[in-house]
Amino acid sequence: MENIIEIKDVTFRYQSEEETSTSVNVLEHINLNIKKGEFVAVLGHNGSGKSTLAKLCNAILTPTSGVVKSYGYDTADEDKLFDIRRKIGMVFQNPDNQLVATVVEEDVAFGLENIGVPTDKMRVRVDEALKAVDMYEYRGHAPHKLSGGQKQRVAIAGIIAMKPECIVLDEPTAMLDPRGREEVINTVRMLNRDFGITIVLITHYMEEAAQADRIIVIDGGQVLLDGKPEDVFSKVTLLKSVGLDVPQVTELMFILHEQGLDTDTHIISEDMAAEALLKLLK
Amino acid sequence: MSTVIKTENLTYTYGLGTPFEKTAVKDVNIEIEEGELCGIIGHTGSGKSTLIQHLNGLIKPTSGHIYIDGLDIWDKAVKIRDIRFKVGLVFQYPEYQIFEDTVFKDIAFGPKNMGFSEDEVKRRVEESAEIVGLKPETLLRSPFELSGGQKRRVAIAGVMAMEPKILILDEPVAGLDPKGREKILAQIKRYRDQKNATVLLISHSMEDVARFTTKILVMEGGGVFCYDTPPKVFGRASELTAMGLAVPQITRVMNRLKAAGIELDGDIYTVEYAAKKINEYLLKHKSES
Repeated sequence: MENIIEIKDVTFRYQSEEETSTSVNVLEHINLNIKKGEFVAVLGHNGSGKSTLAKLCNAILTPTSGVVKSYGYDTADEDKLFDIRRKIGMVFQNPDNQLVATVVEEDVAFGLENIGVPTDKMRVRVDEALKAVDMYEYRGHAPHKLSGGQKQRVAIAGIIAMKPECIVLDEPTAMLDPRGREEVINTVRMLNRDFGITIVLITHYMEEAAQADRIIVIDGGQVLLDGKPEDVFSKVTLLKSVGLDVPQVTELMFILHEQGLDTDTHIISEDMAAEALLKLLK
Repeated sequence: MSTVIKTENLTYTYGLGTPFEKTAVKDVNIEIEEGELCGIIGHTGSGKSTLIQHLNGLIKPTSGHIYIDGLDIWDKAVKIRDIRFKVGLVFQYPEYQIFEDTVFKDIAFGPKNMGFSEDEVKRRVEESAEIVGLKPETLLRSPFELSGGQKRRVAIAGVMAMEPKILILDEPVAGLDPKGREKILAQIKRYRDQKNATVLLISHSMEDVARFTTKILVMEGGGVFCYDTPPKVFGRASELTAMGLAVPQITRVMNRLKAAGIELDGDIYTVEYAAKKINEYLLKHKSES
């Protein structure tokens, strides 16, 4: 599979007003590739540099040293900003900061208006996007009256109306209740599965990360782990030592294993856990 | 134990008499005992935030009564200012409310307004900073140089420094990483233990609520669905799921074992307890066979 985002030896540090020795590297010599069609989850404690990494992908930030290439374009090349952002959309944590219009469908149309899509085509794309996130019946509603999960899905619709090839989501479920979280994650999975959109999901919820194809763990500005969810989560002690956690089912298997039972610590979902426990207890 | 918070037919309607009229809290009757660590859960719009804002008199009920320590807080003889000192409220994302130029001054804001002497203010600032794990040297720094998790702790310490008998927090750990969540929850528990306080906290994380609380208040449609201990509440998995909530992942797995005929006795809602029960089950069945 082709790489759509290539991060080569990237170091990033925020420039403070008085450039002093106190400014530290948020990311240090990172090398990563994201492949077309992947669903990647990024984990890391607060301040580990994972949001910075996300913002480097679509040129909201550019590296202090090293190169980020998104769809072959160097993100430091200002002439290519428009092209990069057409390909890579971004969804943020707080839905209230992302909705701009007073009617749902106008909000979804906002990006399309900016890129000059003709009205008839715009109508079609807005409707398609709202149907994709299952918010079509709310198209005439006021965004501020929706639930958190619904608002976040409208924000996602606004992005997919632009027909991006990749969406980067920075903790899109942090402010949502359990149902809202489920709605958003199901939508994200569907976009990946049915529309082939590449997903980069930053989250603090281990159960959400367990649903990805690949997990990247960032710690101290570097890549600590990079692999399949079952392999990454089997490193229970390491993850806990860097302030992270594992899904409850993985932790259970780990504790049982420590207590001398023959349990597989590569278990990351309810289905796998129920099956393994039935075998153990029957 | 005595009741510290009591509501009687508490009802609140937003925008009364306008086309936007909406009853957010409906006929709520609750009694919370002293020393409880009470989790409040409910989906978005279920009335949780509106309810807690009544408890220190930020919102006046449309009808009904609120009693703190047996006093009707809207009785003419009661000074609402006293109630606000007794009931401390920490809002969502409190780090956005920090404004002083040092951590010390920010935490001191509340106790200073309460009219305490400089020495007493200092004692309170130092003690609450200690409870939330802020080092003494951090007190001299600007709060704006701190990480998100540290800022959150400064904001929480600012309310703790007023030494409220009842501490209420609206999603105190939202947006934090697992270790940050764990730390803040432990610190809140510490405050409650050191001050014999009562704590109410709103959370969307069922796993956190399951581990940290002694009682859970479930809100649904502006009313109280139930108020009970964690095992009793999470024993109602299907009802919680139907109202847009969830039970901890571990409880869901145990429910599936139950459905498949394997009954581990007791309501299981934490990982440690599940491991214990599985070992007990295996022991019992090994000795039988």
